Amino acid sequence: MSLTLEHYLLLSAALFTIGAVGLVTRRNVIVLFMCVEIMLNAANLALIAFSRFHLVADGQMFAFTVMAVAAAEAGIGLAIMVNIFRHKKSLLVDDLNVFKN
Amino acid sequence: MTVEQVLFYLFAVGAIAGCSGVVLSRNPINSAVSLVAAFFFLAGNYVLLHANFMAIVQILVYAGAIMVLFLFVLMLLNQRDEELGPRKVSIAPLLGMFAAAVVSVSIGAGFMSYRNATANFPTDVPLSFGTAEQIGRSLMTTHLLPFELVSLLLLIGIVSAVVVAKRRL
Repeated sequence: MSLTLEHYLLLSAALFTIGAVGLVTRRNVIVLFMCVEIMLNAANLALIAFSRFHLVADGQMFAFTVMAVAAAEAGIGLAIMVNIFRHKKSLLVDDLNVFKN
Repeated sequence: MTVEQVLFYLFAVGAIAGCSGVVLSRNPINSAVSLVAAFFFLAGNYVLLHANFMAIVQILVYAGAIMVLFLFVLMLLNQRDEELGPRKVSIAPLLGMFAAAVVSVSIGAGFMSYRNATANFPTDVPLSFGTAEQIGRSLMTTHLLPFELVSLLLLIGIVSAVVVAKRRL
């Protein structure tokens, strides 16, 4: 039995699940960001596996775009986090309740 | 087992272990380093899928640029241990298990409904598949508009990162 598309899709689903679990369980904002990166990478793996399966390179183009968007998102997000830390002296989501009440 | 299968399982276990390390480790710096390891294993999987260019970009952009930015910010902020939050037991892990069940079942069901997921990969891969030449050609012809939009997005990203991180305008 050789490698099939199913193997890669299951790996992708597992990685996405790990990222989603981290997103709801962790409290540090930077770790939440890393969990989002894990989920993006899981989606990329599925895209590239489908691209290999159909021998159409468009899937790799999608993955390429996702990487560029992730880079822009990381840059802006980390700048926001530096600013939040400067004002609140904390990066825990429990402390970031400025919109409460 | 063929060499390809051995490599796949090696890379898969490595990627899952690295991503689990991100979620499980308490110190964000350990999370970042295990995420770098996971990205390297994913790049190995991309090579197995004949996406050589994407594997190189994964290492250069993700492991090289994005994660260095993460580590840079983590070390700039330099959180002490008490700032990492109380070591309290909360309802979060239970919530996480529930989320994991829902997400994995729904994604798995979606993927399994794909009609020929268990079919083998086609073996006659053209030599040019996934090379930088093919990707570049495609970016400059078929996918020119998304390419330009992404470049615009990156420009906006650069400017807004500077604007947000400045103390005052």
